[in-house]
Amino acid sequence: MNCYLGIDIGSISTKGVIIDDNNKIIASSYIWTEGNPINSVKKLVNILKNSLDKKYVVKGIGTTGSARKLIGLLLDANVIKNEIMAHAIGTLSIYPDVKTILEIGGQDSKIILLNNGIITDYAMNTLCAAGTGSFLSSQAKRLNIDIEDFGSLALKSNNPVKIAARCTVFAESDLIHKAQVGYKKEDIVAGLCKSIVLNYLNNVGKGKKINSPVIFQGGVSKNLGVLKYFKEILKTDVIVDSNSHLMGALGIAILSKKNSVDKVYDLNIQDINFDTKAIDCGGCSNNCEILRIYKDNKLIDIWGNRCDKYIKN
Amino acid sequence: MGNYYIPAKYLFNKIVDVEILTAPFITSKTIELGSKYSPDFVCTPFKYTLGTMIEALDNGANVLVQFGGGCRYGYYSELQEQILKDLGYKFELHNLITSGKTNVKRIYKIMKRIDKKFSIIKGLYYLYITKNMVKYMDKIDDYIRRNIGFEVTKNSFLNLNKEMLNSFSKVNNSISLYILYKKYFKKFKKIKINKPKNCLKVGVIGELYTLMEPFSNYYLEKELASFNIEIKRFTNVNYLLFKHQKTINKALNKSKKYMKYQLSADASSNVFWTKYLCEKKYDGIIHIKSSFCTPEIGVMPIIDKVASNYNVPIIYFSFDANTSEVGIKTRLEAFYDMIEMRRK
Repeated sequence: MNCYLGIDIGSISTKGVIIDDNNKIIASSYIWTEGNPINSVKKLVNILKNSLDKKYVVKGIGTTGSARKLIGLLLDANVIKNEIMAHAIGTLSIYPDVKTILEIGGQDSKIILLNNGIITDYAMNTLCAAGTGSFLSSQAKRLNIDIEDFGSLALKSNNPVKIAARCTVFAESDLIHKAQVGYKKEDIVAGLCKSIVLNYLNNVGKGKKINSPVIFQGGVSKNLGVLKYFKEILKTDVIVDSNSHLMGALGIAILSKKNSVDKVYDLNIQDINFDTKAIDCGGCSNNCEILRIYKDNKLIDIWGNRCDKYIKN
Repeated sequence: MGNYYIPAKYLFNKIVDVEILTAPFITSKTIELGSKYSPDFVCTPFKYTLGTMIEALDNGANVLVQFGGGCRYGYYSELQEQILKDLGYKFELHNLITSGKTNVKRIYKIMKRIDKKFSIIKGLYYLYITKNMVKYMDKIDDYIRRNIGFEVTKNSFLNLNKEMLNSFSKVNNSISLYILYKKYFKKFKKIKINKPKNCLKVGVIGELYTLMEPFSNYYLEKELASFNIEIKRFTNVNYLLFKHQKTINKALNKSKKYMKYQLSADASSNVFWTKYLCEKKYDGIIHIKSSFCTPEIGVMPIIDKVASNYNVPIIYFSFDANTSEVGIKTRLEAFYDMIEMRRK
């Protein structure tokens, strides 16, 4: 039987799903990227391979997320697409009537508006990582709380502190101040969750009409505190799917199925050696950063050149 | 700025008897130099032009000529002059536009200072040719922009454009210039393109410098063309120098519903153009500006309203000296996917 692999490589986590011909998820995994997308993908593919029934053959691979290009090249993916499309397609496959997708990931956050299954508008955060998962996880570490308990702790609070949400640097100094004057930990945590929501709505959701059904996804959607304040502030129900963290991977797997060519992919990538080497060109004052990618010591691609000096072969 | 150094060099070469140096092409070094000596929160064109000036001075220039006005840019020339003098450079700087107006008498005096033998008749004669040259260039550019995404042989448009500009700079009267223009227009039309009838069309609007200097917008138009999109851009030098006020008046008249008073720089024109693009059923609009560009920041809510009234998608980009190229590519790619999906 045919199956298709979708991998979403984010800054914090790497997600992978394998779907069958009916878009049903038959294997999935979620692991930390730990700053090394190549290794984490190797690990992820291995996990997926072991949980996959022998009767399936992989007929397509799609990659999305911030390392999509690199991993797409390494896996020889048939589809490499941006996160926005992947998330929209993935969500539509489960909620065909979705109108708004709120997505907060590790280093970026986005809003996607849809109408009748078509993306009509989208926005992504610009410039800074305020109001994203990496901010939450760094603050959790500061407060010595496990990130997985963050949300449930926030739910205990009835009195969230007010935290300047505009900028992470200000938010952090505000947070320290609030802690030093003796606020309870759960109030501070709840305040943080609320500030994420306010920041998101002010920056990413600015001027966008948020209609229900609203779906909330990305890693931060697992945080119950953030979900609570989204519901409270938007005054509407916000749905979090049990697979909300896998939507990007699911979407790209579906896209890969749609564009599949008749080719069988091998998931044994453990022993293949991938290597990237960066040099500063220095040929002119542009000083491009040239990135060369090797697969088993064979040059497979070159990126970063503005002119034709460095092209493959 | 783009290819406009060619007519500018042409004009000065013809009217004053001094050696004209063209500034080196903008590279990462230009913006690095510019950013190093600029206030951090100034808009990016300041940094680019300052970097260019430093490079020009290092190449031995001793007189710099600038055209600037419309917004904060009107003050930049004095500020840049001071920064450069503080750095120890010795030179003369002339801004040909003062308080937003072109004063002919003042320009005459400046020209006389640069070259004692400067003649006003010769000046006007070549100014007229240059004016036409810019007009023709912009017309050709418009055609290129609409078709370059569909060329069959790579670089055929760019190569012919280079050839044309080269021959333009050798003319001596406006009739031969006109003949050349017609000749090349025919050649451009003969370039093989593979353009579907209902291709995707996108309008690019926003702040003038970022629009016209491809390096500063990370070659956005090139990227769009690679998606096989027809591109429309209104801002060009011909518009800025000769049709600016006329367009603004027209804009105020035609977009009364959205604005009552004139906005600074090109903001009013951008409202009008947004409306125009929406009415002409373009698939999407891209608004670009340099970070901290006040007129464009001010006009964004109005543009947003126009676009949402017509239900046309619009995205905004702010470019600074160190914008991440990957981020721009992701957003552009998603924009393309979106407008393509909407078409279906």
